[in-house]
Amino acid sequence: MRTDDLVSMLAAGAGAVRPKQAARRHASAVIWGLLGAALLMAMLLGPRPDLATAVLLPMFWIKLAFVAGIAAASLFAALHLSRPGVRLTWVPGALAAPVLAMWLLAAIALVRADAAERAVLFFGDTWDVCPFLITMLSVPAFIAAMWAMKGLAPTRLRLAGAAAGLLAGALGALVYCLHCPEMGAPFIAFWYLLGMLIPAAAGALLGPRLLRW
Amino acid sequence: MQRIEETGRLNAGEDKLRDLLTRGLAGDEGAYRAFLQELSAHLRAFLRKRLARLPDEVEDLVQESLLAVHNQRHTYDAGQPLTAWIHAIAKYKLVDLLRRRSKRELLTDPLEDEFSLASAADTEVADARRDLGKLLAQLPDRQRLPIIHMKLEGLSVAEAAKRTGMSEAAVKVGVHRGLKALAAIIRGGA
Repeated sequence: MRTDDLVSMLAAGAGAVRPKQAARRHASAVIWGLLGAALLMAMLLGPRPDLATAVLLPMFWIKLAFVAGIAAASLFAALHLSRPGVRLTWVPGALAAPVLAMWLLAAIALVRADAAERAVLFFGDTWDVCPFLITMLSVPAFIAAMWAMKGLAPTRLRLAGAAAGLLAGALGALVYCLHCPEMGAPFIAFWYLLGMLIPAAAGALLGPRLLRW
Repeated sequence: MQRIEETGRLNAGEDKLRDLLTRGLAGDEGAYRAFLQELSAHLRAFLRKRLARLPDEVEDLVQESLLAVHNQRHTYDAGQPLTAWIHAIAKYKLVDLLRRRSKRELLTDPLEDEFSLASAADTEVADARRDLGKLLAQLPDRQRLPIIHMKLEGLSVAEAAKRTGMSEAAVKVGVHRGLKALAAIIRGGA
């Protein structure tokens, strides 16, 4: 087929294209991912029993804000990485900001605490399950975010996979906040982050294979 | 220096091309055709410079990039510089081609890739070595027939639906998935 013929073929009946498809696809991935995580949480874990009183504590909201900050930053990253030729200017900063803020809070909490309390602040009661439960809750969002990315045109597949995975991890963690009893800043700064990084690593690993076009 | 000149040329054409694409994305078929036509010349220049050692691959890659631009056209945002979008797509396809080749060359004797200086530099449009028309035949009927009726014979969605006995929605989906499948066949090394 000659190139001119290909041009005619592609143009024939091409029709109009709905604008803002990257935003639409990622938005529906976020919604489905959250719904899926909420469903899994309700079926397998249930909300923390003291949720009604926990919402009165500032730490509950700090935790939520940290996770929501990472979700927003990774959504921002995914939006940028899903379209060819878009610069990532603000993406690293947006991702680093919530992490650095949380680490700062964690450092302050650790410095202020007695030596004996520090291990409790860091390990809490659930350090051994927290990252895995976050990863488990992020599975529906992982599928949704990869689907959204797959339907767009990422050119840096590893990074795009990592961004989609991190978004999934943050959405899983957001729902996990409603179950998790931990309120220590050092715990959140480490184990939550680890839980979100596991799906991100999975995304980086699978990206080059799943996202090619 | 060369690269600056080349970018400058594309920038001069950027506004015009962007206008054609924007109108094309809004449903103006003539504008979209003109966009693809001009784009193929830009892509040819862009890729020829970067594939100086593989002149035979240029036209195939122009076609592959055109198909990619068409299949991913929904990712273009009107506010975005068109040059950056196009170049990112062309580079992505270029890197993909080089990766495929290096994998193949590890497996096969590279003797066949001998090339002569005589054929290295010329400005005319070479024939593509890969025939997309033949690749089209590999698609399943539900994708192949809508593409043949709508894209090659120029029938409307309604006419193509009547001809194939498929629903109008299925015809549209068939065209869309078929063109993506075509890109996947090329990627698979055909």
